[in-house]
Amino acid sequence: MAYTERIDGRKFDELRPMEAKAGVIPNADGSALVKAGKTTAYAAVYGPRELFPRFKQNPKTGIVRCHYGMMPFSGSGERIRPGNSRRSQEIAMVMEKSLNAMIDLSAFPNAVVDIYVDLPQTDAGTRCAAISAASIALADAGIPMKDMISSVAVGEVDGTVVADLSYDEEAYDAIVSDIPVAMTHNTKEITLLQMDGEISKENLMKALEMAKVGTETVYELQMKALKDKFSRSD
Amino acid sequence: MISNKKTISVLAKEGKRLDGRGLLDYRQPIQLETGISWTAEGSAKVQIGETVVMAGVKLSLEKPYNDTPDQGGIMINVELTPLSSPEHERGPPGIKAIELARVTDRGIREAKAIDMKKLCVTPGEKAWFVIVDIVTINDAGSLYDAASLATLAALKAARFPVVDEATGAINYKEKTEVSLPLLKEPLAVTVYKINGKLFVDPSSQEEHSYDARLTVAADEKGTISAMQKGGDAPLTIDEVGKMVDIAMDKTKFLREQLDKFVK
Repeated sequence: MAYTERIDGRKFDELRPMEAKAGVIPNADGSALVKAGKTTAYAAVYGPRELFPRFKQNPKTGIVRCHYGMMPFSGSGERIRPGNSRRSQEIAMVMEKSLNAMIDLSAFPNAVVDIYVDLPQTDAGTRCAAISAASIALADAGIPMKDMISSVAVGEVDGTVVADLSYDEEAYDAIVSDIPVAMTHNTKEITLLQMDGEISKENLMKALEMAKVGTETVYELQMKALKDKFSRSD
Repeated sequence: MISNKKTISVLAKEGKRLDGRGLLDYRQPIQLETGISWTAEGSAKVQIGETVVMAGVKLSLEKPYNDTPDQGGIMINVELTPLSSPEHERGPPGIKAIELARVTDRGIREAKAIDMKKLCVTPGEKAWFVIVDIVTINDAGSLYDAASLATLAALKAARFPVVDEATGAINYKEKTEVSLPLLKEPLAVTVYKINGKLFVDPSSQEEHSYDARLTVAADEKGTISAMQKGGDAPLTIDEVGKMVDIAMDKTKFLREQLDKFVK
């Protein structure tokens, strides 16, 4: 085990400094800001509203649509061309799947709930920050939800299982794996699971246990953000 | 969006506004923050009332244009995100975003605010190109003024990245202390006309109700570098004169706000 000390000095299961705030975009029906280290995600929820084009409507239930976008200046290299990329479309799709199971829109046939996430700066873990922010924004918008979704990445850096990898860790010159995970709070079910890199089954299970603890930390922050917003207004 | 067009128009005649402001008052708070994105070479967030926009500067080394082989370049782009308002849709920039981007661009470009020759590294081969992306976070009106303020703040905050001398590659993760060669600091203010009265800093509702508008970009000495008339109603020469006066006065005001937050 060569990776005995993390690059930024965190404990192996320690998340980056995180911040969450609800209700940051007054125009939206619900919104949130999540900062995880040097990654920042804004999420806005609009709806339920009528879905166009009509052929996409479902007369039995409302549907959820996710949109994920890195701002053109949010990458650590060259400017990113605005608009959809293959990557952004895939992330939007897995976000949708990770949130969908916990949202009940049966009372809103033919409607859509749009979730927009835009990131002004990124340093790994963008889809996790996006999902955590989206979940706060959904709750803020009063969308019927069965459970809260909290997300964090776990993985292995040179033999050591760690939580919430930074970009420097993802790019570490050794065997690295990155596993973004989203979990429900009450039932501890996994709604997002992706992985790239190399990992053993044993360490995978260890990493998922770590994700369980990590998402709990995120959950507490999400709930605090919501409580802060709604206690302010009374 | 539902706009009280008629009420706004009637109130304007009496010199009043829906939210109780005077015709020439900006909404509060006006706030500026730079360094909001570590990945950008320069960045800023501007808040005017409920309107929030961000601007980020990216620098890259490109081949200069054939007709200006000894100069770098600038491009300003605007994203009116669906995140920021139910009125904005996904997809390529529409005419609103294009006009806003081009007017903001001209304010900087035509003032020759950036010394383009100083951006040249090797004539005909390599020069710095400045790309400013303006992204709306909450569109509650007055985007012209907010975009211009955010752009100037981000340009002032920008620092060149380190360039590897051997390979010529840009190391975006490390910044030098060198800022952009800014010669002037133009700011744009848009003056609106409703029912014969002139006002600034429109709310979303007022943006839907105006008859005409005039954007005026001016530097710290009061030299005008760009103008754009918008809206369907015509303007008299006398009105244009008054609008320019108001715009000049308000660029001073916005410049004071900028100086409070950005050194």
